[in-house]
Amino acid sequence: MVFAMSKNVVLNPKGERFAFQIRLIVAVLFIFAMFGVLFARFFWLQVVEHDRYLTLAEQNRISLVPIPPSRGIIRDRNGVILAHNFSAYTLEITPSKVANLDETIASLKGIVDITPRDRRRFKKLQDETKDFETLPIRTRLSDVEVARFASQSYLFPGVELKARLFRQYPLGEVGSHLIGYIGRINDRDIKDLKEDDVFANYRGTDYIGKLGVESSYEKQLHGQTGFEQVEIDSGGRAVRTLKRTAPQSGKDLTLSVDIKLQEMIEKQFGDRRGSLVAIDPQTGGILALVSKPGFDPNLFVDGIDPVSWNELNTSIDKPLLNRAIRGEYPPGSTYKPFIAMAALEQNLPLVQQTISDPGYFIYGGHRFNDSKKGGYGSMNFDRSIALSSDTYFYQLAVQMGIDNIAKFMGTLDFGRPTGVDLPGERPGILPSPEWKKSRFKNPAQQKWYSGETVSIGIGQGYNAFTPMQMAHATATLANRGLAFRPHVVATLTDPRSGAKTLVEPKPLKAMDWKPANIERVIRGMEGVMTIGTGAPVFRGAQYVSAGKTGTAQVYSLKGAKYNAHSVKERLRDHSWFIAFAPSNKPTIALAVIVENGGFGAQAAAPIARKVLDYYLTGKMPEDPPSKTASAVPAIVEEVTGD
Amino acid sequence: MISYIWDRIKRPIDPALFILILLVFAVSAGVLYSASNRDLERVTDKVVFMGISLGILWFVANIQQRTLMQLALPAYVGGVILLILVEFFGITSHGATRWLNIGITRIQPSEIMRIALPLMVAWYFNHFQASLSKRHFIAGACIIIVPVLLIMKQPDLGTSLLVASSGFYILFFAGLPWAVLAVMSAAIAVVAYTVTHWDLCINILHEYQCRRIATMLNPMEDPLGAGYHIIQGTIAIGSGGLFGKGWLAGTQTHLDFIPERTTDFIFAVYGEEFGLLGNGLLLLLYMAVIFRGLMIANSASTLFGRLLAGAISMNFFTYALVNMGMVTGLLPVVGVPLPLISYGGTSMVSILAGFGILMSIQRDRPLMKA
Repeated sequence: MVFAMSKNVVLNPKGERFAFQIRLIVAVLFIFAMFGVLFARFFWLQVVEHDRYLTLAEQNRISLVPIPPSRGIIRDRNGVILAHNFSAYTLEITPSKVANLDETIASLKGIVDITPRDRRRFKKLQDETKDFETLPIRTRLSDVEVARFASQSYLFPGVELKARLFRQYPLGEVGSHLIGYIGRINDRDIKDLKEDDVFANYRGTDYIGKLGVESSYEKQLHGQTGFEQVEIDSGGRAVRTLKRTAPQSGKDLTLSVDIKLQEMIEKQFGDRRGSLVAIDPQTGGILALVSKPGFDPNLFVDGIDPVSWNELNTSIDKPLLNRAIRGEYPPGSTYKPFIAMAALEQNLPLVQQTISDPGYFIYGGHRFNDSKKGGYGSMNFDRSIALSSDTYFYQLAVQMGIDNIAKFMGTLDFGRPTGVDLPGERPGILPSPEWKKSRFKNPAQQKWYSGETVSIGIGQGYNAFTPMQMAHATATLANRGLAFRPHVVATLTDPRSGAKTLVEPKPLKAMDWKPANIERVIRGMEGVMTIGTGAPVFRGAQYVSAGKTGTAQVYSLKGAKYNAHSVKERLRDHSWFIAFAPSNKPTIALAVIVENGGFGAQAAAPIARKVLDYYLTGKMPEDPPSKTASAVPAIVEEVTGD
Repeated sequence: MISYIWDRIKRPIDPALFILILLVFAVSAGVLYSASNRDLERVTDKVVFMGISLGILWFVANIQQRTLMQLALPAYVGGVILLILVEFFGITSHGATRWLNIGITRIQPSEIMRIALPLMVAWYFNHFQASLSKRHFIAGACIIIVPVLLIMKQPDLGTSLLVASSGFYILFFAGLPWAVLAVMSAAIAVVAYTVTHWDLCINILHEYQCRRIATMLNPMEDPLGAGYHIIQGTIAIGSGGLFGKGWLAGTQTHLDFIPERTTDFIFAVYGEEFGLLGNGLLLLLYMAVIFRGLMIANSASTLFGRLLAGAISMNFFTYALVNMGMVTGLLPVVGVPLPLISYGGTSMVSILAGFGILMSIQRDRPLMKA
């Protein structure tokens, strides 16, 4: 039937039909040739080389066993261990090799302790992975449990005892957002790994960095997987090792963070929500990065159980949100030093003038109130920062115009990620007419109203920045315009050779600001600490510092008088503070926000004071404040109005 | 009544080709049962899918040749538009942008091109058959090159080469001058030389593609990654020997050594269990399918039918060749399934749709003299 073709073919030497048939014959010859080559290859593999392959496959099978590398250790700047590994036995089940899973687990319960939490976690892992993967039912077995299972393991096909390295975070909640955690590799991770073409390097590895430094330095922490070529007999047992390529351990990380400082700050926050970022302005190294509330990263290591996960995920306090780089808040008056800097650089006439300050500013028929009722009577540039005069800054903003403000603030990385080496940093919002056009669909909303520029001057309105951006900008100002990329990791160390790679410090850019202008702004910020809104908190400090208070409105009261006691706690204003010290040659710059903490000087400034005291004089504060009692008396409200 | 329905059902079917397809399907079900470690569910899945694909074959076989000709241009233009849409709105996965989300499901327009391109080129030559000259071949080459470049850009080198070859076969059957064929062969030789030399390769291809080729030449260079497939595949086939280890008795297969053993590497399972004898028989079965297709081409009444049937048959041959070549380490590992045998795969639909076209061409031939 098939080969009958040649009989049917009536060759017509003339015309297209004949030419086509010639082509058909050539095609058939080509098929014969190519399938001939294939058959020759089969013959080579299956007859000539058969014995060799049979030896490889039949009597002694060669198996490649991956040897996962040990994950790098994370330490703080003083060598305190933040994340390390320890070895422990786990009991693992391969669901596809087990006939009746429930029965098997039930009878395992007689040998080792399996809690309902273990079961829930196992169930969750099972839902997330494919059946032929091996999943842990119990981790960290005791010696007795190991011995008991080992003696009866033959009763449990598909259940294995394995020695594994576990990740542990000895300090628990301290620095959880910064350090992050590792978790089981899921389908999404696999996709990403394949995309980066490094999936083969993850054979034998079950865990991967999910958050914080564990995630952003995953590549360096993980190391290079080794492998062993072993002969296994027909039962699948390893007989001997043929060749071994050792794994290369991941790099150890040394952070620029001082974990003692970090822990102290977290205690100072107590139950309050908020964030603090402290940076060494001369290197960009991050000294502390706090986001409260935190969580215990150890919960995630074995695969978190659904109950704990729900608790973390649905909590109104959002403990999983890294507020330092993902929380976007209006900067309030902490924006003023940067507005002031912009005004000086643009040589606005206003910076040389004294204006009258009646306690409000009228623009476009609207009345913009100063938070100081009745105003100061008169106001000039040099007092405006210390006293946080809204009236003055309303006018600066109007004189400068929104485009100039947006352009200047952009150079300080407002409105774009600072590039800190942590995953998921948000860009914040730097409002401008262009931003508004792309943000809103409705043409009526797209237009920039010049009245909107007024409140930008005091850091209200659409502005929203992360504590990281505020700290970064403060550090840039403190370092007299020389900006560094903020970074958490200072050094990578190869654990075997001890070779160190510095992540330190490359200046990002030098602002072309006039030194005299910089000093003028800093004098204003020093004034905050001596005569201004921060003075009560910084009384008696042993160093000269510069700072600025700020209050971010959570809720617009539409003209009614704001009264902290009558407003629900979660609608209260956020309390901001930025500072650096010593002000002539700063070694620390910080930004701190206490959510719903009220006035800047009330909740945020006392924390900043303790940080600067500790960092510059080594003084460790004693009692962290409780949630209700404020360290600063209510009199601050009268002094500042901010 | 029943006999009428039966008549209606079998009318468009070419019995010879149909029986051959069923034979290959039988092989597929058997190997899959073994490759999936006796997973009846997967075999049932596959059988259901075979049924659906046969339904598509029957549906396509019912289409008149005239209608196929009318469909050629819109299918091609639509396909190119979809490929351009992929470029801008496609779904990216594993670093390649190949899919398009159409709401209910996602489609891979390059898969459509496997049928639409030969259809278009065959229609083009049929349309100008009275005045065929050099410029028609140049135009034909352009028709081919546009979608091929678009697919190459995704990047999907494997599919782009297969689509290119399906177009090329039409040019070949339409009478592409022998001199041009000689030049092309020489060019292919030069390209083959270039890509197998790392320093030269890196200039023209993506690094991962060069690495794949380097791994093919020396699998031990990346024994945990791409080389693993080739090493374990050749061990499986080689250890099968003359008569194989017997159905369900392949040790490589059942000790989990062969990756993707139900899909792209299913031939390793087959080769291990059925040996050289089984491999030879499979080659013969495939050749029978291809030759039956070429016979249909030979007896087709129109140039369109001849070209299209020839190209579809040769396409099928190319699939089989590339898959078996890659599993045995003769060709680089590109994601081509073993036609009609590998588990799943949208490719089965396009292959059986192709066979449907073959049957449609066979039915429309003039009454032959005995």
